Amino acid sequence: MEQKPNVLPLRMEDVSYQYEPDARPAVSHVTLEVERGSFVAVLGHNGSGKSTLAKLMNALFLPTEGRVLVCGMDTLTEEKVWNIRRHAGMVFQNPDNQIVANVVREDVAFGLENLGVPQDEMVRRVEAALSAVRMSEFAETAPHMLSGGQKQRVAIAGVLAMEPELIIMDEATAMLDPSGRAEVLATVRKLNREKGMTVVWITHFMEEAAIADRLIVMNDGSVALEGTPRQVFSRVNEIKALGLDVPPMAELAQTLRERGLPLPEGILTVSDMVKELKNVLCPSK
Amino acid sequence: MPIQVEHLTHTYMTDSPFAATALEDVSLTIEDGELIGLLGHTGSGKTTLVQHLNGLLKPTSGRVVVDGLDITEKGVSLLEVRRRVGLVFQYPEYQLFEETVARDVAFGPRNLGLSEQEVDQRVRFALREVGLAYDEIAQRSPFELSGGQMRRVAIAGVLAMRPGTLILDEPTAGLDPAGRRSILGMIRELHAAGGLTVVMVSHNMDDISSLATRLVVMSRGRMVLTGTPREVFQHRELLSSIGLGIPQAAELTQQLIAEGYPLPADLYTPEEVAEALLKLPRKEEKAC
Amino acid sequence: MLKDITLGQYLPGKSLIHRLDPRTKILLTIVYIAMIFCVSNPVWYVIPLAFLILCAKMSGLKAAQLLKTVKPLRFLLILTFVLNLFFSSGETVLVSWGILRITREGLITAVHFCMRLIFLVAGTSVLTLTTSPISLCDGMETLLKPLSKLHFPAHELAMMMTIALRFIPTLIEEADKIMKAQMARGADFESGNLIKRAKAMVPLLVPLFVSAFRRAGELAMAMEARCYHGGEGRTRLRVLHFQKIDWQASLVTVAALLLTILCRRWNLL
Repeated sequence: MEQKPNVLPLRMEDVSYQYEPDARPAVSHVTLEVERGSFVAVLGHNGSGKSTLAKLMNALFLPTEGRVLVCGMDTLTEEKVWNIRRHAGMVFQNPDNQIVANVVREDVAFGLENLGVPQDEMVRRVEAALSAVRMSEFAETAPHMLSGGQKQRVAIAGVLAMEPELIIMDEATAMLDPSGRAEVLATVRKLNREKGMTVVWITHFMEEAAIADRLIVMNDGSVALEGTPRQVFSRVNEIKALGLDVPPMAELAQTLRERGLPLPEGILTVSDMVKELKNVLCPSK
Repeated sequence: MPIQVEHLTHTYMTDSPFAATALEDVSLTIEDGELIGLLGHTGSGKTTLVQHLNGLLKPTSGRVVVDGLDITEKGVSLLEVRRRVGLVFQYPEYQLFEETVARDVAFGPRNLGLSEQEVDQRVRFALREVGLAYDEIAQRSPFELSGGQMRRVAIAGVLAMRPGTLILDEPTAGLDPAGRRSILGMIRELHAAGGLTVVMVSHNMDDISSLATRLVVMSRGRMVLTGTPREVFQHRELLSSIGLGIPQAAELTQQLIAEGYPLPADLYTPEEVAEALLKLPRKEEKAC
Repeated sequence: MLKDITLGQYLPGKSLIHRLDPRTKILLTIVYIAMIFCVSNPVWYVIPLAFLILCAKMSGLKAAQLLKTVKPLRFLLILTFVLNLFFSSGETVLVSWGILRITREGLITAVHFCMRLIFLVAGTSVLTLTTSPISLCDGMETLLKPLSKLHFPAHELAMMMTIALRFIPTLIEEADKIMKAQMARGADFESGNLIKRAKAMVPLLVPLFVSAFRRAGELAMAMEARCYHGGEGRTRLRVLHFQKIDWQASLVTVAALLLTILCRRWNLL
């Protein structure tokens, strides 16, 4: 990589964005940093500004105030736009509307073709990307024969082939069924864990946000809550007031605490709950 | 006025190399006033099944009888079947086409050949049912509404036919939690106050368990389980073998029972689990 | 299910003809068309016939499959035949029937024109039956590329074709869904006269257009995010290479053309 390792993949400094000059800002005064190799989730309801925020991250939208730095490059510098988009790859919501070619392999190559990558290098990168999302056996398939989850994995491969510093998943699971969602989440989680890929995961599903290293909750264009998922989801009432769901176990823990069972904060999953209950309840026979 | 499905089998593209059996020997009776949750994985046959209930698809073999009308019989009026059984597709907002909300909702009643006065009454009725204010919304273009509002208008378009049974295919798909809760609340209202029979297709266990009076579980074109949510959720292994989870509260109960804690096996709502857990002896009270 | 719909006439295969470079196939189709127009006497259709039989044998196409492509033309063929039969001028009267006369020359012209049509369609079908729309598209783009110096939008045309091919199955599926949704609201797409049926299409076409525009907008953004900025400086994953077989095929085809020209030149027969 030509980037110095100490440069953050993404940094937003007091960023605001308005669609129209006198409209209410869709994003207002957001400052955030994304560390290399981290998995950051952005959670928010429809209209909270999370998707606008995503499009500011790869120069699809340009900030009306503040600045966005992708690997140190300011998105306002026009001549860097292609380099910025190569470093910050994006997967969109609708699986159908982002696949361009008629054959999986060629779609994965689309970004590389645009960048003018030499053909022999392209072949190598495309195969590597397909295998990273475990879609190699579908290389010759027509996209419309794939399931929603598989289409999204192809889209991820298309981004991976460009060898980006960071992948932005812009509500990429919103239109999938539960198995498709699980499959896409597992794919990206694996890339993050095993290859150290930096991920920004934008969603309104709290189950998905719960597996992130860091969680940012957006409301009304600004950052409402921030922290680890355990910290954030312990604030059950605040999250519900923002129109979002809380993990059922976090909510149950809250109810039990209110009614006198001394459970600690930060319970998110069923296995957390079983473990903590064993600490406070009499051992079973 | 029940709907009876008897030994229904459906094969797509019969007599071709692509022939695929989507439904196999499904028998099911939907009684008046039920709120059925139809569960299953993508490709389990649930969408194919509901398209038979209003005659959009015809069985390859078997029968579907709606209010005594057999959809397989020659000369049966499919329009009459579709008036009685309203079907709301997944992402129904993609079917909107008229210049105004009122005209779009009126499409169904007009197809039934009703008088203009009756059509107008139906439009007002249907918009009220889905919780939209006629005066505010009737003359607006459906394409300038928010996603949640568009979905309600599309549902109103089906309700305006005044069906006795309403089928909804994944009515919360693509909505955020607030939108989902509000659509689910609306369905609960329609069922409770409107006296509608409702069939809701979903793969979201938590949505469906809070609403349904009965669950029907499909897998690979067959009906594998049916019963109240309480009964169905006790088949944890079977459900997980066909790729369906159970609500987390039920999962917690099962895991605690496996650890030896004395809990009733059929708990599935967070409230009843909380009650049961609070009754167990605690370490701090030195009860053990 | 509509999902399995095949586009165009393409029959997948792995024969030599299937593996020819699409550019070779397009160029040789043009040579073949020239050959047809060089035939001066119906008898000499034996040359294109022999050539077609050779192509069919090598590509594994059956005669029936080739004839099927001519079938939609049957009315045009009958019309061509009848018009030429009765309205060509000629000396040698074969049959006379009131004002209608059939002459020997008329008969020959009628047969000649029908043969020309049949051979044109059957021959070009070898191209479309053995070449996937995608490779056709690729071949066209490369062949037209030199014209982009004259501001001919070769890349843009090819990209449009690719996207159209990609989205046709998606839109067909979507049309099917919308149609069913409207039928659930009592819409009737099947009965009534032409005007009534055309009007009944509005509830299908409006949502389909709205969705196509939405898709176009989203696709444009997705393409930009993947650094698409026109044809300039673009490389391709699939590079077309002329191989030995391409030269051999060209040799055979050009030889057939020359033979036809020779027959015409020396007025054999």
